[in-house]
Amino acid sequence: MKRLAFALAFAALIPAVHAVEYIQVQPDKSTINFVYKQMGVAVDGKFKKFSSQLNFDPAKPTAAKASFDVELGSVDTGAPEGDQEVAGKPWFNTKAFPTARFVSGAVKALGGNKYEVAGQLSIKGKTQDVIVPATFTAQGNTGVFDGNFTIRRADFSIGEGSWAKFDIVANDVQIKFRITASTK
Amino acid sequence: MEVKHYTATAKALHWLMAILLFGLLALGFYMHDLPLSPDKLKLYSWHKWAGVTAFLLLGFRLLWRFTHRPPALPDSMPKIMQFAAHAGHLALYGLMLAIPLSGWLMSSAKGFQTVYFGVLPIPDLLEKNKELGDLLQTVHMSLNLLFVAVLAGHIGAALKHHFIDKDDILIRMAPRHAKEK
Repeated sequence: MKRLAFALAFAALIPAVHAVEYIQVQPDKSTINFVYKQMGVAVDGKFKKFSSQLNFDPAKPTAAKASFDVELGSVDTGAPEGDQEVAGKPWFNTKAFPTARFVSGAVKALGGNKYEVAGQLSIKGKTQDVIVPATFTAQGNTGVFDGNFTIRRADFSIGEGSWAKFDIVANDVQIKFRITASTK
Repeated sequence: MEVKHYTATAKALHWLMAILLFGLLALGFYMHDLPLSPDKLKLYSWHKWAGVTAFLLLGFRLLWRFTHRPPALPDSMPKIMQFAAHAGHLALYGLMLAIPLSGWLMSSAKGFQTVYFGVLPIPDLLEKNKELGDLLQTVHMSLNLLFVAVLAGHIGAALKHHFIDKDDILIRMAPRHAKEK
């Protein structure tokens, strides 16, 4: 009896190889940050609010699906007057386009813990194909996706008018994310 | 009577920094409440680059000052006024050191690193911290207001020496007249 109980307890400790699906994103342990360059100066920003749907089974990575809705009004550009500015028409125009959306398409496993997610990113009424490299690290019941990719703000008409030139605010914006998800 | 001049290097540094610091002060007071625009960001960058330049010039100037004794103050000056002159100069040097430092620290705390001429990153001395950034902004501003006050004293004293005391205090910092050579 004692041995059986021990065996059962031991079995419970072995992680199941199949059907471990990471679905529940933990917002408090997930971040979407970005880095933009202002006259050669790298400045960090972040989005404080986003919602997401995720299905990722490390055993079947190509079947993975992810979508993210980022509340653009929750932006932190690094300066309060910047936050106000980018909500306005020349930038995100959050009144007309409150959210940015990413929807995953094909997922490639590159070996090891590396993946490449093709997807579509929609901001301010414009949609672009993006390739998002990501790593996945499992930690028990939770898994962490890390990655970064670079977009060009002009592709989405972010920063129009007097901001349209890239001499003050560069075109390239690096998006860095860390998404923590649990199995349940 | 022969005028004991400052060295040509000391004069050049004095007047170069005078022009630079007046420019920096004017730019600083002008730019800080502009609405956000590409021009504002450009002016901020220029202000920081000019500030770094002033800081570097000050380093050279202090080195020069420590290795080249300036001409002594005239004996006609009462001891108390000589002391006030030295204290005033010490305050100017202290502020010329503290003001760019406070600006540098403020930039670090606000999360906007200083990159000299957009090329050379100056290390951040502080982690990003909004409250500290706002505090350092107040410090930077207050030091500058104090600097304006001490500068007014500096310029007023130089003019008093020249026009009222009629001594050579202002002349010895001025470019040499050709005939004196």
